[in-house]
Formats: sequence, C-alpha cells, structure tokens
Amino acid sequence: MAIADPPARASLWRLVWPARVPGGVRRTARVPWIPIVIISVIVAMAVFAPLLAPHSPIDQTLRDKLLPPVWMEGGSTKYILGTDAFGRDVLSRLIYGARVSLIVALLALVVGGGIGLGVGILAGYVGGAVDSILMRLVDAAFTFPAILFALLLAVTMGQGLGTLVTAISLLLWASFARVIRGEVLSLRQRDFVALAKVRGCSAARIMLTHILPNVLNTFMVLVTLNIGVVIIAEATLSFLGAGIPPPTPTWGLMISEGRGRLTDAWWVALIPGIAITLMVLSVNLFGDWLRDRLDPRLRQL
Amino acid sequence: MKRYIARRLMQGAVLLCMVATIVFFLGRLTGNPVDLMLPEDATAEDRAALTQTLGLDGSVGDQFVIFVGRALHGDLGTSIRMKQPAVDAFFDRLPNTLVLIPWALLLGMVMGIPLGVVAALNRGGMLDRAAGTVAVLGVAVPSFWLGVLLIFVFSVELGWLPSGRMGGPEHFILPVITLGTFLVAGFMRITRSAMLEVMESEFVKLARIKGLSEGVVIWKHCLRNALIPVLTLWGVFVSNLITGAIVTETVFAWPGIGRLTYEAVIYRDFPLLQAVIILKSILILAINLGVDILYAYVDPRIRLA
Amino acid sequence: MTETVLEVRDLHTHFFLRRGVIKAVDGVSFTLRRGEVLGLVGESGCGKSLTALSVMRLLPKGGAQTVKGEVLLDGENILERSPAEMREIRGRKISMVLQDPQTSLNPVFTIGDQLREAIQRRHKAPRAEIMAEAVTALRRVEIAAPEQRIAQYPHQMSGGMKQRVVGAIAISGQPKVLIADEPTTALDVTIQLQYLKLLKRLQAETGMAILFITHDFGVVGRMCDRVAVMYAGRIVECGPVRQIFEAPAHPYTRALIASVPKMTGPIGRLTTIEGQPPSLMNLPVGCRFASRCPQVEQRCLDAYPGSVRVGDEHTADCWKVTPG
Repeated sequence: MAIADPPARASLWRLVWPARVPGGVRRTARVPWIPIVIISVIVAMAVFAPLLAPHSPIDQTLRDKLLPPVWMEGGSTKYILGTDAFGRDVLSRLIYGARVSLIVALLALVVGGGIGLGVGILAGYVGGAVDSILMRLVDAAFTFPAILFALLLAVTMGQGLGTLVTAISLLLWASFARVIRGEVLSLRQRDFVALAKVRGCSAARIMLTHILPNVLNTFMVLVTLNIGVVIIAEATLSFLGAGIPPPTPTWGLMISEGRGRLTDAWWVALIPGIAITLMVLSVNLFGDWLRDRLDPRLRQL
Repeated sequence: MKRYIARRLMQGAVLLCMVATIVFFLGRLTGNPVDLMLPEDATAEDRAALTQTLGLDGSVGDQFVIFVGRALHGDLGTSIRMKQPAVDAFFDRLPNTLVLIPWALLLGMVMGIPLGVVAALNRGGMLDRAAGTVAVLGVAVPSFWLGVLLIFVFSVELGWLPSGRMGGPEHFILPVITLGTFLVAGFMRITRSAMLEVMESEFVKLARIKGLSEGVVIWKHCLRNALIPVLTLWGVFVSNLITGAIVTETVFAWPGIGRLTYEAVIYRDFPLLQAVIILKSILILAINLGVDILYAYVDPRIRLA
Repeated sequence: MTETVLEVRDLHTHFFLRRGVIKAVDGVSFTLRRGEVLGLVGESGCGKSLTALSVMRLLPKGGAQTVKGEVLLDGENILERSPAEMREIRGRKISMVLQDPQTSLNPVFTIGDQLREAIQRRHKAPRAEIMAEAVTALRRVEIAAPEQRIAQYPHQMSGGMKQRVVGAIAISGQPKVLIADEPTTALDVTIQLQYLKLLKRLQAETGMAILFITHDFGVVGRMCDRVAVMYAGRIVECGPVRQIFEAPAHPYTRALIASVPKMTGPIGRLTTIEGQPPSLMNLPVGCRFASRCPQVEQRCLDAYPGSVRVGDEHTADCWKVTPG
C-alpha cells in the first residue's frame, strides 16, 4: 500500500478542475502566469493598436490580396499573418479587433453586471413581492436564449456599439442578479445590518453602505468569470452580422469573412479564432484562480 | 404527478405571454426596422407602405391588440423576403433542426457523462487531467470557429467529409460535432462534480457495506443520483442548442430554423425574426416541460411529492 | 471461554496529509466474542469510527491508510485479503450500521430494491422469493405493514424507520459481526430505546457479536457486556461493564463516568474534564492523557504506560494502576 496523497503540483487547469471533493481540504492554487501574460499582451494590443499595427486595418490594397502568412511559401515579412480578400493586413485587423472585443466586454460587463448587481441587491434585501417578480424575470431570462433578443435588437436598432452592449447586457444581468441575491440574503441576517436598522438607517442607505461593499468581492469574481462569455457572445453576434458593422475589424467578423475562402486562404478565418480561444481560455483560467482566492464558495459557478 | 404537470404547463403559458410581450415591445420601442430595411433615398410613400405591411402603423397599443389577436389565430405575420407566413416558414425548416439536435445531445451525453464518471473515479490522475483539458477547451473555443476549423481539416484538407448542406449520414458528422462539443464539456463537468459529491455519501458507504461490487456501486448507486443535477441543466443545454443551432446551421448551410434566424437577421426580415423568436420560445418551453417530467421520473422525491 | 470472532491487534490507521500525519488510530487492540456486545466509548475525534471503518476496510478517500496491525475475522487476517475477497466478506461475515439514517439509504431506489441487493448477495432466487424475504426481513426489524413499505422510497419514512431498514439491510447477509456506529445518535430519545431493544433482540436471535460504538455511557450500561474506552487513538481501558462502572481504573474513564449524571442515588457534582485532547498530528511520547490528568507524574510524561491487568479481563494503560 502506497501513501495515497500525491505531491502538491498545482497545474494551471487544476484551477478549473478541482482535484478535491467539494468541501474537502483545498489546495492553494499557484498564480496563473501564462494566462496573465496572454491577457496582458492582448490588452496591450488593444490599447496601443495604432502604434503596434503595421498597416491600416481598413484600407484595401487589392494587389496584395490573399497573401499567405510569412512562414508559408509566397508570404512576406510585410504581412506577417497574411492578407484577406481585400488585401487588408490580417495582423493589423487582429490587433484592432482586440480593441473592439475589449471595449464591448468592458461596457457590457459594466452595464449588464451593474444591472444584475442592482437587481440582486434589491431583490435580496427588499424581499417579498419585489423579490418574487424580479426572480421570475431572472428565471425567464435563463430559460430563453438572450442571443435571440440580441438579434432582434440588431434588426430594430441597427448594428452598432450601443446595440451590441445592450444585447450582451441582456445576456449577463440574470446570472449576476441570481448570485448577488443569494449573497445578500445571507448578509441581511448579519448583525451589522440589524445594528444599522436599530440606528435608524434607511433601507436605501443600508443597501448602499452596508450591503454593496460586502458583495463587491463576489461582483468582481463574477465579472472576471464572465469576460469569456462576453467575448464569445460578441464574436458570435459579429459572425451572425449583428455586431459592430464592417469595415471595423472584429474577430467574429474576420472569421465570417474568411470562412468562404478556406480553400485558398485559411489564415483569414482560422487565425482570429485562435486569438479568441487563447483570450477566453486565459481569462477563464485567471477568473477561476481569482474566485478561489477571493470567494471559494462560488466554485459551483 | 398530473397536478405537477398542470402547474408546469400554467407556468409555461405565463412565461410565453411574457416573452411574446417583451418581443413585441422590444421590437417597437428600440428603433424602427423600416429605416434599416429601405435604402436611404426611399420616398415617404415607400416608407408608409412598408410601415403598413409590417403592421407598424397606428399607436403601439393598437398594434399590440392586433398582434395578440392575430397571434391567437396562429398568425405571426408574413415574411418580407419569402412572401409566405412566418409560421409556415418556421415549420418548413423545423424538421431539419430537429433531426440534428438529438444527435448533438446524444453525443454530449454519451461522451460527457461516462467521461465525467471516469474523471471523478480518477480524481487527480492522468484521465482526470485529460478530461479537464477537454472541459476547459470546450467552453473557450467559439463553436462557429470550431465548425470552420472542422470544415478546413476534414473537408478542405483531408476531403473526407462534406463541408455543408443536408444529405446522407456523412453530412451530419461535422455539424453534430460542432453543436455537441460544448455539451460534452458541460455534461462532463457537471457529472464529475456530482459524482465526487455522491461518492462521499453515506448510502454509498452502506452499498459497499452490503458487499456490492464496485461496478454496481458506481454505475448504479452513484450515477443515478449524480444524474439528478445533470438533468437540471438540460434546460440550459437546450437553450444552448437553440443558440448553437443558429451558428452551426449558418456555418454548414444547414436549412433549419437556426439558418432561418440568421437569414432573418441579415435580410432584416423583421416579421420573420419576431415570429421565429416566439416560436423558438414555445419550443424551448416544451422541451423544458419534458425535461421537468423526466426529472420527476428520476427523482422520486419530486415524483411522489 | 467462548470463541473469539473478531480480534484486532495493534491497529494503526493514519491520515497522510501535506500538513503532516494524523495518527487517528494508533495501536488499537481488542477482541470480540461470539454473542457479546463490546462497547467502544470515547469522545468525538478519538478514532472510534475510524477504527470501525478500518476493520470494514472502507476508509474515507483522501489519505487515510491502515499502516500496521491485524484484523482477524474468524482467525484470518482480512487486511491481507484482496478487494474482491473483501467484498465477499462484507455484508456476509461482517456488516455495519451507520450513524445517520437520513443519508444512509439511497434516495432514488425503493426500500425493497435496496434490501433485495443485500439479500441477493447471500443467495440467488427468483425475484418474487427475494421480495418475500425482504418483507420478512422488514417484519423482523418490527416495521409495520412491510408489504407496503417495500415499495416506498426513503423520503417517505421517518428517521427511526429508516434506521430499522438500515439494520435489516446490515443483518440480511447473516453476518457474524455487526458494527453499530452510534446508530441511535441521530434518533429521538424515545425511538433510541426501541432501537436498542431491537438490536438486543436481533443479537439474541442470531448470536452475532456487536461492536457498539457510542459516546454515551448510559447506552453502554444498557447494551454492552464489555466496554473499551478509547482516548486519542488508543484503547486506554477495557473490561466488563460492571467492573468499569464500579471500579474504573484509568483516570480518563473515571473522569468520563463522573461527567455522566447518575439516575439513582444522591445527586452528586457533575465534573468536566479540563483541557483538550492532544493533537493527533503531534502526539506526546508519554501517556496521552497526561496533560489533563489530575494525578500526573514525571514518568507519565516520559513514557507510555504498558497495559496493566487490573482484574479478570480488565486492563488499563496507566502507570498508577496496581496489578490486581
């Protein structure tokens, strides 16, 4: 009989794939350096896009169209990742695409997450009929794919940043509201809330100064865990023709434009997908780590 | 049990009314589809004509009354592009999606559940790590890109499988994988965590005390209990499948309701899109009801309550 | 002297964690004879349940391991049996009743199904016959209307009834040894007594030996023939119930008994035991009770006392005890 416990070797994906029983002894996970580096690179790409991009992401150079990446025959260092059917530099479009992806993610998380936060606190603290109604809405939002509403918005409002952010917020708010409400329900029972009531604080004041600061940790964890969801949603909507309208480069749009050209220019469609996958993978791993650090009770999310 | 089903039906009807109302007002209040459908130099008469065709004239209140009245007669408007009732367009395409979804669900369960069990049994081991990698990748890879990648590898490069359209069994393989990958990861993740929890429970200990074989303990006593949380997520998975079908059918030129949704979006076919959303909602509700009944069957605590 | 059915010799079961080794069971020895009830008493965390699970070879996952010792069931060391052979032994030679009836039965199968699985282990027969046997088994544990109960699910029964079902399952393989791990702790007081009587009756009928784990000395007096007192992973005193009650030799046993209110006689002062048991990760070299013992001496801290025979079948691990 060998000694059962294996040596501690926290690997990256152990973060999302806990090796222990729920409620068991928790291993402290190592800082996910590789995801952090990838996220930093992509954020830097987004912020410094005009400095980093070798070409314009929009201007067409038709005589340079469909050039392969540098490592393939016929590729040149002028277009490291090749060009698309309009002779636009794939690398430059990729860099600018990161910008769209992150701006949309940021806005949607602030708007959608913020609404969820508000609804959650209100439902959890006020309770009663308010809670019932809000939670029925949350249930409904869970049952119906928000992407359908997002597509409807694209048709009625027209494509654009506002539509996209509204649409993705619709996708987010319910899951935020549900988790935050659960948190608030337990906070409500705590002594400091009772104390505030005794002191004569108004409900609004208690929610703002006592409840809100205590759910911010959870909120931050939810935000990180949902970045991946938002990025995929943005890319999906762009792919379906309901995102930021062309010619602005977005990763989803690039895949959509390139997929008809798989036989002679696979790089146009496949490279942006690698970028999305890497980004989502990294933020998910990072989010799981953050959750373990800040709020391990949220593990089942 | 009958009362339970009746109650679920009632809840479903209420939800459906809510969705139809939201869809209606979302469509009217967020903007004017007429502006998006007509070229910029359209005349005022053109605009008025289209507004009338879309049923967007008159006050929103009047429109709503007309909308509800027609909806009760099974009329959800007429598709602009196809010049046919939207409901008919939907039901023409529905069978093509319905032949796809069960296969994706089957793939998700047949791969995901046993993998989840095996991963739980090998907690921390090599198989568990492999399963974990699949689970992490399964949620990070956008499914529309996965479809494009599969086409590139298996149709363009290898030439083994068709790149799209409906046809014989070989046409199903890539769309089903595209649609099912997310489910494999989902089923695996939930099965694994449910199994880990169940395996520690006292009744499993008692089953071992009885001297039952490990196979019976794991695959009968543990799995049956672990399936309960797995089933609760069916509703979520169905939602995912309906969404997933939009991109999958778009990528593979599959003439189902997903592709119909995509067409409605790119051609700005507002009445069609509105109808499709409402009909899909009914579909989702129906499937959810089925899942709830199945759930009650698996968990006697609900069935007999 | 009657035959010994279960003998545990120098059993060590430790938890290997990254923080260190928890010596939860650290040198436990006892014998169990045919037809007797041996009580295993001690405060929570002293290693009673883990001793039982070591004997069943059903240690919890996560680093628990039996590192030393022998468990002789009918003279053969079952620690050396393969997992498959062990499955044959479990349920048929040695069985167990768990503490919490609410979670001991599988919620998604009927009582009949769960009983049938246990009966089928003993012999194969047509389904109808097995079901008839299941009804008999339920009747034996005094469940009213067993024909109806058999088709029911655990959530449709009360805690006491569930624990009877667990009992029926445990004894359906006609084991020689039954381990009862605090079987009445989770039950209402009135139900507790009924359950204890039931166990007694079943034991009288079958002649099985029972290892009765409890933290309640009152239950020990009612149920047991002999009692073993466990402290910090070891049995510190063992002997016939009457002797232990009348003349406890070990200071820990004395303290335990003094902390139990007496039902008869003048109301004396209830005492508590000061201090905490030692950390199982960092056990002292000397007597484990030394830090809490009112009569502690230097030699108690220097070395662990050997087992001293105090009387007929009565032993205690204490330096201060004089051999009787």
